[in-house]
Amino acid sequence: MHLFVVITIQSITSYLATCAFGIIFNIPFKPLIHGGLIGMIAWLIYFFLFHYSGNDFVATFAASFVIALMSQIFARLCKNPVILYSVSGIIPLVPGGLTYSVMSRAVDNNYDVAIYFAEKVFVLSGAIAMGLILAEVFYQIFEKMKHHASNKMAAGLFLSKKVKHFSK
Amino acid sequence: MNGFLGSYKRKDSKEGFVHEVAAVCVLTGKILLQNGAETYRVEDTMNRIANSFSVHDAQSFVTPTGIIFSIEDHDVTQLVRIKNRGTNLRKVTQVNTLSRRVAHGEVSLKDLHRDLIQIDRSTVMYSNSLQILAAAIASSCFLLMFLGKWQDLLPAFIAGGAGQAGMIYLHRLAKVKFFSEFMSSIFIGMIALVSVKLGFGVEMNKIIIGAVMPLVPGVPITNAVRDIMAGDLVAGLSKSAEAGLTAFAIGIGVTAAIVLG
Repeated sequence: MHLFVVITIQSITSYLATCAFGIIFNIPFKPLIHGGLIGMIAWLIYFFLFHYSGNDFVATFAASFVIALMSQIFARLCKNPVILYSVSGIIPLVPGGLTYSVMSRAVDNNYDVAIYFAEKVFVLSGAIAMGLILAEVFYQIFEKMKHHASNKMAAGLFLSKKVKHFSK
Repeated sequence: MNGFLGSYKRKDSKEGFVHEVAAVCVLTGKILLQNGAETYRVEDTMNRIANSFSVHDAQSFVTPTGIIFSIEDHDVTQLVRIKNRGTNLRKVTQVNTLSRRVAHGEVSLKDLHRDLIQIDRSTVMYSNSLQILAAAIASSCFLLMFLGKWQDLLPAFIAGGAGQAGMIYLHRLAKVKFFSEFMSSIFIGMIALVSVKLGFGVEMNKIIIGAVMPLVPGVPITNAVRDIMAGDLVAGLSKSAEAGLTAFAIGIGVTAAIVLG
């Protein structure tokens, strides 16, 4: 029961937060709704991976990989640019709170803690960027293979027709 | 766009057409870059539009502060300086739809130029009050996502809305981005401090982190790293410098409010 409450609260808040950010970025209404869905799924993946493995690098990487894959699919289906979906999706993952912590610790003369946080920000944003780029490359390879396969099939059909023709 | 207007004089020559294509490409790139599209996508869209008007050998170099576009065989080079950048993904979507139609050969050069100017001038946006409300909702949602206390919901809501309102209205007052970020993070820090002192809020740190989420440059940092990974080294480094300064303004603002308050 407790887990169910946690999942409900996390999914509702992440959906709302992602959509609200979409409004600040002026995303049109329909991609806004889809982007909220992407953000929600990614945040749930992040949340559970983080709480069961304790490693935020892996959790961030996995979530941003899923975001990029889903954004590519939505962008292809709705004929919109990918950034519309990926920007609102990565909002819950980006190390915004950490970035603030870096600066507030540094201003507070806590330089060792600040540098520790700064390295974490760098690594986490690297994880997000790697997840995004990797998913993009995978998607391109997949499309190329699909294209290649369909070309081959067309060639095969053409050939078989020719063979039939000759056999007649 | 000088090339486009000037080219009416040399309408008959082939060079005039190439100038027009270059002008339209640069205008496309300018709209995309000013409204928050990725660097490689700006370059890609400009080259695609040039290609679909059968002008090949187009080269483009895009940084966050300017675009250089050149067509090799015709001695055409255009430079555009980008002074203000924001995030308005509605315009990016419109340009994307337009360039898709251009690639299918459905739009003439003149129509494309007219539509681009229309997109550039359009001011269709979500209203300011809706944006402030959205920031307030996002801040309180982030508080719950980072496992904050339920009592802190209202302070985070107010602080997030105040931060976004400060960003919008102070940016109108002075066109310096860091000033508005600094002032709005002072507001956020003050609201968080007062709410904790009066007993409305419990954890000041969680309230502040939730409320500064709409301001902090999480997405610019990620985009910067992504640009560097994709090979746009100049764009990536300059974006990360800008993001660092924004984070600096926010950190100083919040800390100043807490220390002085």
